[in-house]
Amino acid sequence: MSLPPRPSLSAVPSVTSATVAALRRQIERLEGGAQARAPLPFGIAGLDDHLPGGGLARGALHEAVEAGPAAEFAGSATLFTAGIATRLEGPVLWCLTRRDLFAPGLAAAGLVPGRIIYAEAGRDREVLPLVEEGLRERGLAAVVGEVTRLSLIASRRLQLAAEASGVTALLLRRWWTVAEKDLAALPSAAVTRWRIAPAATEPAPAPAPGLGRVQWQVDLVRCRGGAPRSWILEAYDATGRLALPASLARRPDQTPIRRAAAQ
Amino acid sequence: MTVQTAGSRRTIAAACPAAQRLGLHAGMAVAQAQAMVPGLHVWGATPEEDEAALRELARWATGYSPVVAPDPHDGVWIDIAGCAHLYGSEEALLEHLLGRLNGQGVTARAAVADSPGAAWAVARFRGGGVIPVGRSVDAVATLPVAALRIAPAIVAVMQRLGVERVGQLAAMPRPPMVRRFGKDVALRLDQAMGHAFEPINPLIPEETPLSTIAFPEPIGRLEALKDVVRRLAEDLCAQLLRRGQGVRRLDLILRRVDQKGANLRVGTARATRDAPHLAKLFDERLETVDPGFGIEEMVLVASKVEPLSETQTEARGIAGVSAPDVDMSRLVDRLSAKVGAHRVYRLEPVQTLVPERMARKVPALAPVTDATWPENLPRPTRLLDPPEPVVAMALLPDHPPALIVWRKVRHKVTHADGPERIAPEWWAGDTDGPSRDYYRLETDRGGRFWVYRDAPAAEGGRWWLHGFFA
Repeated sequence: MSLPPRPSLSAVPSVTSATVAALRRQIERLEGGAQARAPLPFGIAGLDDHLPGGGLARGALHEAVEAGPAAEFAGSATLFTAGIATRLEGPVLWCLTRRDLFAPGLAAAGLVPGRIIYAEAGRDREVLPLVEEGLRERGLAAVVGEVTRLSLIASRRLQLAAEASGVTALLLRRWWTVAEKDLAALPSAAVTRWRIAPAATEPAPAPAPGLGRVQWQVDLVRCRGGAPRSWILEAYDATGRLALPASLARRPDQTPIRRAAAQ
Repeated sequence: MTVQTAGSRRTIAAACPAAQRLGLHAGMAVAQAQAMVPGLHVWGATPEEDEAALRELARWATGYSPVVAPDPHDGVWIDIAGCAHLYGSEEALLEHLLGRLNGQGVTARAAVADSPGAAWAVARFRGGGVIPVGRSVDAVATLPVAALRIAPAIVAVMQRLGVERVGQLAAMPRPPMVRRFGKDVALRLDQAMGHAFEPINPLIPEETPLSTIAFPEPIGRLEALKDVVRRLAEDLCAQLLRRGQGVRRLDLILRRVDQKGANLRVGTARATRDAPHLAKLFDERLETVDPGFGIEEMVLVASKVEPLSETQTEARGIAGVSAPDVDMSRLVDRLSAKVGAHRVYRLEPVQTLVPERMARKVPALAPVTDATWPENLPRPTRLLDPPEPVVAMALLPDHPPALIVWRKVRHKVTHADGPERIAPEWWAGDTDGPSRDYYRLETDRGGRFWVYRDAPAAEGGRWWLHGFFA
């Protein structure tokens, strides 16, 4: 039995982006899991293009941490999480330990009260079983869990449960002491990890004092199959859509200015 | 007055209070009674009907506790362990119980004690009442020996020997006492004193669907218990299907070899007869059960059922069918089994502007309303409850703060919005205090805070931090 002749090096087709995409699809099919689920786009070209698949993966585990002056209260990360849940379809389970969540604030991202079921745990370690229970219920849009400790094994467990049911898991990392703050930086099996920090609002026009549109510094700290990156974005509107700040999106073309400066 | 016949002797079986006042009592010969009271109304006794009425009474008493048993021929046991707090105290429960019984024309006495034997004795020989925890021995010691639920013949023997009080009997050396009066007396004595455990065999209403498995060999492994629960649930659900009912509350009774037992109770948010789901609700709770030397019998009782007609619940996988109404009841049941039903809830908007009252807890499966909070008012996502005091400096008395110090950290304010005045709502029971002026602040490091001053600056209002915006 004779082997077919080895193709010469020149005969190997050049590695094009189409080939890579086909290979990626093949790997995804082998891995199983989120094959048939279209990802959830944020609606911002720069952000969606950067994420593998063109959006946030459904049926996967995502983490959000807050950075900023009052990070232990996670005001911005809460709304960021709520906005993702808004754009998914169906009821949302919100598992928490402390009662500092203010439901009227979530409505600002379009998450109406009728969609959220709250489950309250007495201790931090009781939250993860609640999240997992929620992830096993097909038909939920998302499960939001406020956790402090998340081991690699526990996060893997949640990721598998999310993959099996297609429910998106959103973990809000909370911390109350400096020691606990470091826990949020430990690795986990989450597909993405976001760090949200409040950014200064657009400077208001001179005669009108007050706060402008809320802006966030959104850092994609970890992303499976993607690189970390940062954006400055305008916070959600009432339908849970992010936007580019007007001053960045509508600013004049910078090329002639740079050229003029270079000359 | 009723009459029972034993051979040729007709004696009084029971007498009404009016007859008792005339000196008639149970056990007296009818001829003597008729001689004492001319024109006496006499009925034949009907023990079967009495027993049926007693069972009916016991069933009525299940309103007080799930563990109730009739105690022929004139008593009802109610195990109120864990139930008394619903009425405030044991005294209040007794009062409530007796009040309702008297209202129905039933003459009753009731007692609460550590052991069933002590309660039996106190109810009959001391007129009832509550015996404090650990005082059963003192309470029983002064009662006549008849209070020990022993045969009248033995009581007569004791009285002949001069043993009249329970205390005397208890003070006697045990072996001669057992030899003379029998083991039964010693057991009854221990039961009354609370030294011996006395199980109450709870009355299970006949119409209640239940399924039972008794094991030839006691079992104790967790996996085996879970498996048995699954089989019991399947059997129970088959019964419920025939009746067209669904279960709202389930009791699992585990009987151990040593006659002790454990009861587990789970509730469901909506009537269901899905056996795997019901079995799953017990999974976590079974881990808390101590099987001891083994469990020899398990009973699954559907203690609360509701009609459940057959409906198509799911058509999953049919293309294009999107279910807008996802059935959350199973998820809610499983979560409730883990953390308790009161900790699984939804929040419903309340028409008010006072932040602490803007949301109200409702059951997780309560009907969803379209109501939401006003969207044009910016509200924080996290609320500090209670608000924390901050030191604030403003350029002018009525200006928003230019600098706040919260938890010993200085935050320089770059932008501020406000004030938004929120007045106390007298119709909601607020005391007539000053209104709060809320400001949204943005600091130089990007933090966005919700602060308020609890009174105008001229009246010495102080500043409080109440929430955090996105």
